[in-house]
Amino acid sequence: MNPDEILKFLRLTYTALSDGALLALIALALVLIYKATDVINFANGEFMLVGGYIGYQLLVWLQVIESPSVAVLLAVIGMVVATTLVGVLVERLVLRPLIGEPIISVIMVTIGLSNVMQAIVGLIWGKNPRPLPIDIIPRFSPFRIELEGARRPLNLLPDTLIILVIAFILVGGLLLFFSRSKHGIAMRATADDQQAAMSMGISIRFIFALTWSLAAIAAAVAGLIIAHVTNGVSGDIPGVGLRAFPVIILGGLDSIAGAIIGGFAIAFIETFASGYIDPGLKTVSPYLVLLIVLMIKPYGLFGQKRIERV
Amino acid sequence: MAVQSGIYHQTYESDMQLRPTTAQRVRLILAIAFVLLLPFVVSQNEVRIVNKVMIAAIGAIGLNILVGYTGQISLGQGAFLGVGAYACGLLMVYFQVPWGLALIAAAFITAFVGALFGLPSLRLKGLYLAVATLAAQQIVEWIIIRWDPIDGTIDGRATDALKIPSAFLFGNTAWRLNDNENAFYYFVFVVLVVVVLGAVNLFRTHYGRAFIAIRDQDIAAEVMGVNLFYYKVLAFAISSFLVGLAGGLTTIHSTAISFERFTIEVSIAYLAMIIVGGLGSISGAIYGAAFIEILPEILRSIGQTLVQNRIVSDQVFVTVLPFVQQGTFGVLIILMLIVEPEGIRKLWSNIKDYFRLWPFSY
Repeated sequence: MNPDEILKFLRLTYTALSDGALLALIALALVLIYKATDVINFANGEFMLVGGYIGYQLLVWLQVIESPSVAVLLAVIGMVVATTLVGVLVERLVLRPLIGEPIISVIMVTIGLSNVMQAIVGLIWGKNPRPLPIDIIPRFSPFRIELEGARRPLNLLPDTLIILVIAFILVGGLLLFFSRSKHGIAMRATADDQQAAMSMGISIRFIFALTWSLAAIAAAVAGLIIAHVTNGVSGDIPGVGLRAFPVIILGGLDSIAGAIIGGFAIAFIETFASGYIDPGLKTVSPYLVLLIVLMIKPYGLFGQKRIERV
Repeated sequence: MAVQSGIYHQTYESDMQLRPTTAQRVRLILAIAFVLLLPFVVSQNEVRIVNKVMIAAIGAIGLNILVGYTGQISLGQGAFLGVGAYACGLLMVYFQVPWGLALIAAAFITAFVGALFGLPSLRLKGLYLAVATLAAQQIVEWIIIRWDPIDGTIDGRATDALKIPSAFLFGNTAWRLNDNENAFYYFVFVVLVVVVLGAVNLFRTHYGRAFIAIRDQDIAAEVMGVNLFYYKVLAFAISSFLVGLAGGLTTIHSTAISFERFTIEVSIAYLAMIIVGGLGSISGAIYGAAFIEILPEILRSIGQTLVQNRIVSDQVFVTVLPFVQQGTFGVLIILMLIVEPEGIRKLWSNIKDYFRLWPFSY
């Protein structure tokens, strides 16, 4: 095999892995909300946007601190607190009044919300992209892979690996939270049957607020990572959020494992279709695969089949 | 709605009338007179806005047939508008088809494409279907951007935009539809009236009733003998036919079209129209189209007044206006869904009932 081809394959795999981890994280935020509250959050990309900009603003304020790692840590903590509040507020003000309304109303209210959030970010920070004042992930020099006979060596950025690790820690943490902690189990109980959960003494309101803030935090971290990868916060962040929709449908709306596997699957499809066939296929290839999968499995790969009664 | 007392139908003909009372007929005649005289009263720019509203109303009626009446959520409206618009434009540019024929052909082509993307609806429901139609949006948008024959040349440069030849009403060169707003106004008004009558009557036939049965409970409908597959695909086709018609009208109303006018934002705006106006109602679609199309124009003119009175600078106006328009759009959707989920149509009938029953409104 041609050494250039091998390096290209390695590069694409490497990109797809980190991209997949990011998509899995974003998709997880969507699945989290869907499982607990039966809402599909079309404003997820905007949660990433708002989180990213809050992180950016905190970094700007905190860059006076001598040690950059302390500044980044404080900024991330501040961002988590702020996005928790955003999540709780959104749940309380926008989604709670719509409990029991048809799906289309709930979809539309999150779309309205996404417009409001974009407008607020635009009014405060304008539309020009802004570079992060401090690197949230230290920029190490790239690994170099050289092969006999290859025209160019392959340079791989270690940031990508760190992003992969962060995503894994977050996803793993959430999985542990669901399987071990009291509130995590309460969330699963709520997702399973709200009335039964209520009669066992679980506060549905608290669970809904918790779900929205957890999802908002996951989205905000994703937003900040995108800001790092693209060298700054900009209005393009919600576009990445849109890429998570084929992921959750492919994996099945209510499956956490589906979100993770779907994230990597979509990332590999996008990267390899654009790398080997045509660069323009990046946006459209996930949807083509999605349509085929849905024809065969209408509830995605791991989604729970709904049994309807008349 | 309050029950009117005093209309007693004695023949089937009178029972089937759309406007059974004299008061309603008088109101209809007044409304027609108002519409005919409107271009003489308001400025050209305002006629242009009304034209956009009427095109949007046709598209929104189409979408409402699918979403509001048949209960199939579609996020692919923008794409289907694009199919209609480009089908019409390409037929005119490459095959020199007369514009009227191109318009009708575009509607049929869009109906076919819509039915094609409606095929998954048999197995997919709710959110899964919504994302499948999002796939339609992405795929069609991608084809429009990437497929070379669709691109045109403007002033010798190749662009993504397609230049549209002139369309003359009745071959009269004074009535050029592309930019003569008054000519287009009367033309699109006639089309809108035909569409409204067709749509209203559709739901008085067994086809329309089958759609509503599917929306309310598809399994029950199937048990009652409604062929789900046939009627779901038919709903997609009829809806897309009207959406394609709206797309074709957009083409004839413009001098050039490009993909920016058929993006996911357009799909969302159309969904907003039918939800704000009132799901499952023809008049609601028209109210919603008017609301969503006119709102940004109102905000713009408020902004321009502020600039003229030197309250805000030109610079601020240009940077802030798009965000204010977007934010207002979002806030209004959220408020509408929380306050009156049945939309403007319901608000309007509430207001009418209040005055009809006043002062004993209980």
